[in-house]
Amino acid sequence: MDFQLNEEQQMLQDTVARLVRGEYSFEKRLAFSETDLGFSADFWKQLSELGLTAVPFSEELGGFGGGGVEVQSVMTELGRGLCLEPYLQSIILGGGLIGQAGNDSQKENWLTGIASGELKAAVGLQEPQSFYDLNNIETRAEKNGEGYVLNGRKAVVIGGHCADVIVISARTSGDSRDTNGITLFALSPETAGIERRTYPTIDGAKGCDITLNKVQVSADALLGEEGKAAGVIEFQAGRAIAALCAEAVGVMEIANELTLEYLKQRKQFGVPIGKFQVLQHRMVDMMSELEQARSMAILAASVADGEQNDERRRVLAGAKNVIGRAGQFISESGIQMHGGIGMTWEYNFAHYAKRLIGINHQLGDDDFHLERYANLLQAS
Amino acid sequence: MNMNYTAEELAFRDEVRAFLDEKLPADIAAKVKGFRRLSKEDHQRWQKILCKQGWYATHWPEEYGGVNWTPVQKHIWDEESSRYGVPRSIPFGVNMVAPVIIRFGNEEQKQRYLPRILSGEDWWCQGYSEPGAGSDLASLKTRAVRDGDHYIVNGQKTWTTLGQHANMIFCLVRTNTEVKKQEGISFLLIDMNTPGISVRPIITLDGEHEVNEVFFQDVKVPVANLVGEEDKGWTYAKFLLTYERTGLAGIGMSKAALSHLKQLASRRMKNGKPLIEDPSFSQRIARVEIDLTAAAISNLRIIASVEGGGVPGAESSMLKVKGTEIRQAINDLARRAIGPYALPFLEEEMDLDYDGEFLSDKDAAPLSAQYFNNRKLSIFGGSNEIQKNIVSKMILGL
Ligand SMILES: Cc1cc2nc3c(=O)[nH]c(=O)nc-3n(C[C@H](O)[C@H](O)[C@H](O)COP(=O)(O)OP(=O)(O)OC[C@H]3O[C@@H](n4cnc5c(N)ncnc54)[C@H](O)[C@@H]3O)c2cc1C
Ligand SMILES: Cc1cc2nc3c(=O)[nH]c(=O)nc-3n(C[C@H](O)[C@H](O)[C@H](O)COP(=O)(O)OP(=O)(O)OC[C@H]3O[C@@H](n4cnc5c(N)ncnc54)[C@H](O)[C@@H]3O)c2cc1C
Repeated sequence: MDFQLNEEQQMLQDTVARLVRGEYSFEKRLAFSETDLGFSADFWKQLSELGLTAVPFSEELGGFGGGGVEVQSVMTELGRGLCLEPYLQSIILGGGLIGQAGNDSQKENWLTGIASGELKAAVGLQEPQSFYDLNNIETRAEKNGEGYVLNGRKAVVIGGHCADVIVISARTSGDSRDTNGITLFALSPETAGIERRTYPTIDGAKGCDITLNKVQVSADALLGEEGKAAGVIEFQAGRAIAALCAEAVGVMEIANELTLEYLKQRKQFGVPIGKFQVLQHRMVDMMSELEQARSMAILAASVADGEQNDERRRVLAGAKNVIGRAGQFISESGIQMHGGIGMTWEYNFAHYAKRLIGINHQLGDDDFHLERYANLLQAS
Repeated sequence: MNMNYTAEELAFRDEVRAFLDEKLPADIAAKVKGFRRLSKEDHQRWQKILCKQGWYATHWPEEYGGVNWTPVQKHIWDEESSRYGVPRSIPFGVNMVAPVIIRFGNEEQKQRYLPRILSGEDWWCQGYSEPGAGSDLASLKTRAVRDGDHYIVNGQKTWTTLGQHANMIFCLVRTNTEVKKQEGISFLLIDMNTPGISVRPIITLDGEHEVNEVFFQDVKVPVANLVGEEDKGWTYAKFLLTYERTGLAGIGMSKAALSHLKQLASRRMKNGKPLIEDPSFSQRIARVEIDLTAAAISNLRIIASVEGGGVPGAESSMLKVKGTEIRQAINDLARRAIGPYALPFLEEEMDLDYDGEFLSDKDAAPLSAQYFNNRKLSIFGGSNEIQKNIVSKMILGL
């Protein structure tokens, strides 16, 4: 057993860290967030030039062949900077789904571009009624001549506003919560019948809801086997959960650093407020919550690209549950101990707090994953 | 022991209901119930109606235009108000500075300020906190130096709620630096239009403009605006804080928020069933409802003890802590109830006159913002840590 990053992994993490430190000041982030794009095109380009967008892709695609640990290294640093770029959406999820389900020509069309950062992907895997259950799909795809016609609605597609390709799930057969009958399609958002309502998110990013109204696509939009996508989706959502956990750890690290610093520096009643034992203990709890989260993020990274089985499912559900709880505790405790300052837009802490809550609403909150874990409990 | 309202109290409740049925504007009630923003005009419109009924100043003696309700009547009013969606009165004038003026002000101040509070002519804000004086309020530094008939005020207040709408601010200022910090503080009434005052907005984490910084540079304030005696302001300030705290438990508001949550959870679907039928979610709601029931009874017990001749003391601190925790727990559940739709930040949908299509549930848009905004409940009016310090010192003798 060895919990250290190897030399290459450490170099990778240092590279991202340097880039984030140099380019992603809090003020710049606020400005990026307010643009139409919602992130920095320039930073995205730099990620790409350093080969960082290619980390999880195979060497034939110009990639790095990275697994869970490499992705974790990148995501934690992006988390520390509260970076808004669609790494999770495009590289991990979009790239992951196309990579696993796509045929050669689809991979050629999309993956090389995604890996190089030239193309951005987004994924529409959930719907208004889904409540985090990715098998709860009602969008219909019906065979029509050589292709399909799609009707339905995809909910909260982060990064969907600027994506070049959107991977969506739809039903080719079965009822709303059946595992069988779910099919993936890769669509250009410009296709007739696709409407996007774009909005900012509470944690500073951008996303959209997508309405599909008689969207006609040709057969080559079909990604993978018809009706058999549930397993692919589950697997890739699992990789994304591991990546989100890693991001959350980065966010928590900074949230804790800021709070600890504040406890030492803010004086009331003639002493630093960190002298009050009730705050000391709360800070200690924040630290141990972070360590619990870090442990689960590491465990999640170790199974992210592993075999799909109940053990992997349990680890990922457990990790997301811990991350959700720890994130909320750190978010709320940090605001509380900052007093009024923690409530302001101008000071960075609240933005870390909002991202932690935001992460809990992506790919299932702690309640959802607790239930999932409970359903997978082993009797002994 | 009698847990029921008396016949007179029940009659009073009917009277309140009849009044609200008839007079509460539907658009205002809808905003309150849907957690939408209220404009200054909304507040003023409702205040006029209340004043006309004679029910605006519930804490004041009748001679000043108040209504002599018993604590139980006030409680009934609060409960019904929350149920109907009555806007919470902006407390700074009617419930904060007015009781201080009535108790410690001179006749001239009473004659001048109280009618203007009733009529809505004056909007007050509270100038207590400073950048360096939050929990340790007594360490405030804003200086007032006597110069003939005036004080010259220099310094800064912060977190001033709705200061952008106010034309009057009541301030704690330092008039004596030679004595113990609590003993050199005075209570001044300051016209916000006096030269030398500037107001800068502070935007909160949910993007709202609710609080401000207020700067004072050589501001001339007539000595006639001093309340009570010079250097005795701390006593008045603490008198005001007990008033503030009692209202902060927010039991009525929690009841309204809980009912809103239950309706929301009945409309949201999980696994093809209403979320409120989901075993784990319904248990979460049940738990907070049970806590709220207990807190409501504690609230009533404290109210009853006041009526019996006691004064709400450190018990109200306990109530503030419980009450705010419950409210925050309800906000947390409401955000959870909308799942991924907690992420979209749709400012346009937060306005009641929004007439476009709703992205998801009609009430979803403000829920995340409100969850974050209400983190303030455990910080202001004396943070929950400070309230617990009070309880452990005053009640437990630790
Ligand atoms: C089952 C058992 C086995 C033990 N075995 C051993 C043994 O093998 N060898 C040995 O030497 N001792 C042993 N101990 C003793 C143990 O180390 C002491 O009980 C322990 O150090 C606490 O001391 P105390 O019981 O005097 O409680 P106190 O020190 O009086 O503490 C009482 C309470 O006050 C709290 N408290 C005290 N100081 C602070 C502070 N500064 N800040 C916040 N809270 C504070 C404590 O956390 C505790 O809740 C054992 C005790 C138990 C119960
Ligand atoms: C939205 C909002 C509106 C407000 N409106 C007004 C207003 O209209 N007028 C006004 O005057 N003020 C207002 N306030 C200010 C409010 O009263 C202060 O924020 C509050 O008193 C806390 O002070 P602080 O923010 O400086 O935090 P600090 O006092 O610096 O506290 C920081 C942390 O330390 C803790 N702490 C401090 N001392 C102790 C101790 N002895 N023991 C244990 N823990 C301690 C606190 O509980 C908190 O968690 C408002 C605040 C907010 C957030």
